[in-house]
Amino acid sequence: MELLHAIPFDELLIQTINGIVTGMILALVASGLTLIFGIMDVVNFAHGELFMLGAYVGVVTLTATGSFWLALVAATLLIALLGAVLHLTTLRPLLGRDPLTTILATFGISLVLQNYALWQFGPVARKIAEPFTGHFNLFYIEYPWYRLLIALLSAGIITALWLFLKFGTYGIWTRATTQDRVMAQAMGIPVPWVLTAVFAIGSGMAAASGVLFGPLVGVNHAMGVDWVLKAFIVVVVGGMGNLGGSILAAIFISLLEAYASLWVSPAQAVIVSFVVLILTLLFRPTGLFVPTPK
Amino acid sequence: MRNRHAVVYWTGFAVIVVLLAIAPLVLPEFWRRFLTEILIWGLLAMSSDILIGYTGLVSFGHSAFFGLGMYGAAAALISFRPPSLWLALPYGLVAAAAVAAFVAYFSTRLRDIYFAITTLIFSQIFYVVIFTWTELTGGENGLTFSRPPLAIPGLFSVPFTTTTLHWFVLAVVVISYLILRRVTQSPFGMVLQSIRENEARTRAIGYPTERYKIVAVMLSGLFAGLAGVLYAIQNRFAAPDFVFFLVSGEVVIFNVIGGIGTLVGPIVGAAFYLLLREGLSRFLTEFYLIPVGIIFIAMVIFMPQGLLGFARRWLNR
Repeated sequence: MELLHAIPFDELLIQTINGIVTGMILALVASGLTLIFGIMDVVNFAHGELFMLGAYVGVVTLTATGSFWLALVAATLLIALLGAVLHLTTLRPLLGRDPLTTILATFGISLVLQNYALWQFGPVARKIAEPFTGHFNLFYIEYPWYRLLIALLSAGIITALWLFLKFGTYGIWTRATTQDRVMAQAMGIPVPWVLTAVFAIGSGMAAASGVLFGPLVGVNHAMGVDWVLKAFIVVVVGGMGNLGGSILAAIFISLLEAYASLWVSPAQAVIVSFVVLILTLLFRPTGLFVPTPK
Repeated sequence: MRNRHAVVYWTGFAVIVVLLAIAPLVLPEFWRRFLTEILIWGLLAMSSDILIGYTGLVSFGHSAFFGLGMYGAAAALISFRPPSLWLALPYGLVAAAAVAAFVAYFSTRLRDIYFAITTLIFSQIFYVVIFTWTELTGGENGLTFSRPPLAIPGLFSVPFTTTTLHWFVLAVVVISYLILRRVTQSPFGMVLQSIRENEARTRAIGYPTERYKIVAVMLSGLFAGLAGVLYAIQNRFAAPDFVFFLVSGEVVIFNVIGGIGTLVGPIVGAAFYLLLREGLSRFLTEFYLIPVGIIFIAMVIFMPQGLLGFARRWLNR
């Protein structure tokens, strides 16, 4: 109780909002990852690098055109295209081989992309200006509206993905491919192209979250690594390939980290999510937010 | 026939060991150190081959075992005066084995991709702990210490030179290789390989596969820790960079390049990778990872048996 009294209520509320905002971005990254995993059986090690490259494309477009929204769209489309190319060149030849080989291939891709970014953009972090700078008063701090907007936009993109998967014709193709590849192929669904498209969509989502998150921390070549690790934790805790579970897990873990950073430094707060992961693996290895398998 | 095969094998083995032993006498200083480094990374890669090649578990957490071996040796070398080789070894090994037991207990409940991700995240846990616990580990700067002398207590004690260090490392690596080779050919090793081929069936026969996998991870971690101790002795520092998961990734690359499931392959892979890095970084500085990454991807797609498997097939043709 001593510990609780030391934390004023307003700080707790601020951290709650912070946690939800970070959680929504993390959910966007992780849902791309879990989409790729759930449908293609591919663990995409390069996901963080696609996030980072998306942020860089955002920086470049923003300096060229001055429009944040244009930058967001350009980054999403361009990185989706890059994702499609990567899939065609490296992952499609591995179709039908041990899923472990895809880990190796995407790890190779992440090395190449990360060092390409370092080569192209240098080690100095770039800044993305917030599209609008309004604040509202939250107790003693001025909280930027932009952060709330990020959370809403992320939620919007994820909802759009869900609607697409649930009702779109191509979404139904995608789900059919997940359930049974051979049968889907027999029904005339072009399975390899569905897989390429899914990889492209996941890449585009990573890029969008990179641009959205850019204004909060600055863009550098190593930013992808932290995110991909967190996204992996989220995907495992939420249950591999489970979209809803990933979103819940992302918010849950970000909230815990936000609260933990009231007591320890943010670098150490990461350990909280590691502990959540270990406990999940110990007691519910299939994921926290999935029904108990019978 | 079988006998002739053994003769060829042991002759080849002896020739390579002798070549490696006389190499430091003829090579210039830089390449002497380089060769020692290849052997140390080769040992690390070989330890990981027990999991990747023989048990079918891809570990992305070997940097943790390697790093803890390093920091364990550092602890012994810093806290005892005069620094002793025979304290550094057990300290490093115990640290690595403890971490390996911890990681093994949790990660072996999972298979395939899940195992890879779990070991990766575990190594990150240790990275964060080492990176932020500045009072104990020196944080980002790491620890520096002096090199212990090559000594047998009560008999003799001489300071390491580049050449004697190379011989010491060579001896450790060769002994480790022989032990690991024996392990993979033992009934225990056979069970590991049958887990790789079909875990459900192995369990159905009656082997407690979880326990076998835990022992495999611990064994692998122990030898990775040994490599860490050797690296600490060679370079006289321990740094958190070596616990970062990119090191684990490099180890996996060594294995894939050299050829998994061969024990020797990973050493060849390490040598190939380090030579490539050395050659490329002369004119590409730190961007050497771009061509290395592309070569790695190409090998995963086109040459899944690695250099050694490729050479073997080519020789048999």
